[in-house]
Amino acid sequence: MPEKKIRVLIAKPGLDGHDRGAKVIARALRDDGMEVIYTGLRQTPQMIAEAALQEDVDVVGLSILSGAHNALVPQVLEKLNENGQNEVFVFLGGIIPERDIPELLAKGVTKVYGPGTDTRVVCQDIRAALADRA
Amino acid sequence: MSDFSLEAIRKGDKLALSRVLSRVEADDESGRTALDALFPFTGKAHKVGITGAPGSGKSSLVNALAHHLRLSVPDSRVAIIAVDPTSPFTGGAILGDRVRMPDLQNDPGVFIRSMATRGALGGLSDATLALSQVFDAAGYDYVLIETVGAGQAEVDIVNLAHTTIVVDTPGMGDDIQTIKAGILEIADILVVNKADLPGADQTYRNLTAMIEMGYRGTSRINSGHHPQTELLTSPAEEPRGWVPPVLKTTAISSKGISDLVSVIRQHRDYLLAANAWNEKENAALQHTVNRLVIEELANNWRQNLAPGQYESVMEALRQRKMSPRAAASALLAYNRK
Repeated sequence: MPEKKIRVLIAKPGLDGHDRGAKVIARALRDDGMEVIYTGLRQTPQMIAEAALQEDVDVVGLSILSGAHNALVPQVLEKLNENGQNEVFVFLGGIIPERDIPELLAKGVTKVYGPGTDTRVVCQDIRAALADRA
Repeated sequence: MSDFSLEAIRKGDKLALSRVLSRVEADDESGRTALDALFPFTGKAHKVGITGAPGSGKSSLVNALAHHLRLSVPDSRVAIIAVDPTSPFTGGAILGDRVRMPDLQNDPGVFIRSMATRGALGGLSDATLALSQVFDAAGYDYVLIETVGAGQAEVDIVNLAHTTIVVDTPGMGDDIQTIKAGILEIADILVVNKADLPGADQTYRNLTAMIEMGYRGTSRINSGHHPQTELLTSPAEEPRGWVPPVLKTTAISSKGISDLVSVIRQHRDYLLAANAWNEKENAALQHTVNRLVIEELANNWRQNLAPGQYESVMEALRQRKMSPRAAASALLAYNRK
C-alpha cells in the first residue's frame, strides 16, 4: 500500500487580495507530493474550518498579509477545535510582526513564516510535524 | 482505526463521515470494513456526473447546480466529489475546484470532497465510486461527481453515474469534433456553458445536429427545404428512449440552471420508468467487482512470484530473446506451478 497522502488546505482568511504567496506555497507542496486543496480568496474562519472538516486535512496553511492575523487566526483554531479537529496542524505565513509570533504559537499555531522563507523548509516542517504525531 | 461509527455517519456527523471517506479512499483495512457495513444502505442517491474539457466551467456549473438543487428542495442534501489530476512525477496535486464553489461554502446541506486521481487515467480516481457509495449511505440525495478536465477519451464517469452531463463551450472546434467517438457519446445531457460568449449558437447548432444524426427518429434536418426528409420519421416508429437534450447555460450568472435541473429530474424519471436506473446501478457494481477481481488476481500473482523470476524474464526481454507476449506467458506459467 502506498504511504498515506498528506492533505493540506491552503486558505486566505480576511480581505487582502494578494494570493501569490499562497499559490507559491500550494505549488511547492504539490511538487513535494502532497495533495493541496486551495480555496481561494476572502474566506471566513468558519468557511476555512468547514472546508478542513469536509476535506479531512492534516494541515491548514493560512496566508495573511492584511495585519488581521491576531483576530483571524485564533478564530480559525477555535472553529477547528469546535469541529473536533484539534489534531490538525495550523501553519501561518505572511507579514507577521515578530512581537505577535509568541502569542500565536501559544494559541496553537505550529509555525509562522515570513517573506523569503525557503519553500523546502515548509515542506520539511510539515513532514516533521506529522511524523512526530504518528 | 476503530473510530468508525455507522450510526454517527447515518446521523449526519460530518467529522465521522469525513474520516471514513479518507479511510475508504486509502483503501485500508478499516476503509474496507466501513464500506462493507455501509453498502446495504446504498442505492438511493441520484449520481450525476459532470465532465468536459479543462476550463469549460464544470466547477462553476456544479456550484450553480448544487445551489439551485438546495434552493428548490431545501430538505435535499447534496454531496459533491470533485476530482483533479495527480502529478505523474511527484504524486502531488492541486485540488482547486472549491475556488469556484463560493455559494456552497456556508451551506450545511452541502458536503464537498476534493479527490486527486492518484494515477487513474479515466477522468476519475479508483476510489470515486466507493466515495459516492459512502455519501449515498450517509443519506445524501444527490452525489454530483465532477471529473478531471477531460479530453476525448476519459469516459469512466459513464460507468458510475446515473446521469452524465457533458459540458462544452463555444470555440472548441468545428462540427467534425462533434461526430468523433468518445466523450460526446456518453452524454445524457449536453450543456453549452459560457453561452454568453460569441460562437455559443454555433456550438449549440453543431451539438444539436450531432444528436439529430444519431437519433434518426427525431430528425428535423432541412425540413424546410426538403420536405421529403420528413418521411424518414415514421409515426409508427418505436419511441427511441432518451434523446440527449442540448442546453445553454452561463454558470457564473446561473442562467439556464433551472432548466438544467428540470432536465436532470426528467432523466431520473425516465431511468426509473424504463427500468434503466437499476440497470445502470447493476452495471456500475459489476464493473467494480470486475475491477476488484483483476486487482486481487494481480496482487496474488505478484506475491506468488519466485524471487528473481521477474528480473530474469525481463533480462531475456531486454536481450530480445523473448517477445513481450512470450514474457507475460512465461511469468504466468511459472506462477501456476
